[in-house]
Amino acid sequence: MNIKPELKYTKDHEWLRLEGDIAFIGLADYAQEHLGDIVFVDLPQVGDGISAGEVLGVVESVKAASDVYCPVDGEIVAINEELADNPAAINEDAYAAWIAQVKITNLTQVESMLDADAYEPFCQE
Amino acid sequence: MKETALYQEHIRLGGKIVDFGGWALPVQFGGIIEEHLACREAAGLFDVSHMGEIMVEGPEAEAFIQYLVTNDISIASDNHVIYSPMCYPDGGVVDDLLIYKFNKEKYLLVVNASNLEKDWQWINEQEKGQVELLNLSEQISELALQGPKAQQILARLTDYGLDDLKFYTFEPEVIIAGAKALLSRTGYTGEDGFELYLDNQDAARIWRQLLEAGEADGLTPVGLGARDTLRFEVAMPLYGQEIDARITPLEAGLGSFVKADKPDYIGKEALAAIRAAGVRRKTVGFEMVGRGVARSHFPVVKEENGPEIGFVTTGSYAPSVGKNLGMALLSTEYAVPGERIYVIIRGKAVEARIIPRPFHKKNYKK
Repeated sequence: MNIKPELKYTKDHEWLRLEGDIAFIGLADYAQEHLGDIVFVDLPQVGDGISAGEVLGVVESVKAASDVYCPVDGEIVAINEELADNPAAINEDAYAAWIAQVKITNLTQVESMLDADAYEPFCQE
Repeated sequence: MKETALYQEHIRLGGKIVDFGGWALPVQFGGIIEEHLACREAAGLFDVSHMGEIMVEGPEAEAFIQYLVTNDISIASDNHVIYSPMCYPDGGVVDDLLIYKFNKEKYLLVVNASNLEKDWQWINEQEKGQVELLNLSEQISELALQGPKAQQILARLTDYGLDDLKFYTFEPEVIIAGAKALLSRTGYTGEDGFELYLDNQDAARIWRQLLEAGEADGLTPVGLGARDTLRFEVAMPLYGQEIDARITPLEAGLGSFVKADKPDYIGKEALAAIRAAGVRRKTVGFEMVGRGVARSHFPVVKEENGPEIGFVTTGSYAPSVGKNLGMALLSTEYAVPGERIYVIIRGKAVEARIIPRPFHKKNYKK
């Protein structure tokens, strides 16, 4: 199980990487490992507004579906179309396979997310 | 949770353990898709020790089982295995089971783990006559060795002539690596293969020796996840999904296992009446046209905002087909191949199309 020190996390296993005011959001490695072979990703609509705590997407493995929650308020400015054809990219590298980019409106929401050290305890089984 | 005799083997192999109806069993080892494909292309080894085994013995054993189940066991020869639903008087299903016929006075019933207690009670409540019932489930471990290379792997551990063991027959005592096993050419994958019933004390050793004997052929341990996708692709029913107390075998497409011309049995009248009137619901296969995975119990509609016409019984990604597929129980008028339907996935109507079952061709050695 892989945790990257430069990312922010939620206890529900979303990760976030900030570039300017654009947040790249995905599913953490622990969660993909837990789900197993991912066969489908339900992506959001570009242009939609989203609030922290709302469902950003749904990741489905052979056996189960898992909601991915948006940790921040903002507008969806891009989705990772590659995941429509190759959902297993999340299994291959969860931190490269972002699900959506959200233009954020409230930077303090990012600051209050977990850093790698604070997140790690949530990955103990 | 209850552990099978192979629990430590699963841990050693890195199996991801889940609670399956009170049993601690691996849902996967390496990954569901990898295990699924290994079983289709080479071979897979399954721990199915949670299954229940009930021995029925006595002069009236045949008549008793004939009364319990909807299929006709009287025409089977000794050492044959018969699949049958077992129904309630209204035609709903108590369970579906395999019946191993030793002879007219001795049968082994193999039932679903989740139904064992209910079945045991149900069977005991019926008018038995001269019959003894024995629940052997705690003493028996069951392994399934499935796939096109199953025979060549098993042959390395036994002198028994496996060519002589035909589809749906069994041999009560075969020596496998020094252990006594009941061996049948049966399974739940759509592939050629065997099921081995062993004493608990022999199970771990035989499991290890089989894995070793099959290593070069690509034999892989398989968890419950791929067990489900394998049976799903060949449209074998799973109790609790395609059949249950409220779904008759006729609706589930199992009519060939419900015999009309057999003496009295539980459910006979109701099933005959349903048959005469025509079934009101029918199980179909479908493939997703829109994006999404259908899951058990998702509603199905004919028009995007129309009323429900049925529900999904099983839905999954099908690894050997490479598509998201499903089975659904629909009002008969809508159960037409080629027709467009919609599955309600998280509140959204997603397009699907009715297609024939099975989705993957069975590959039995008969």
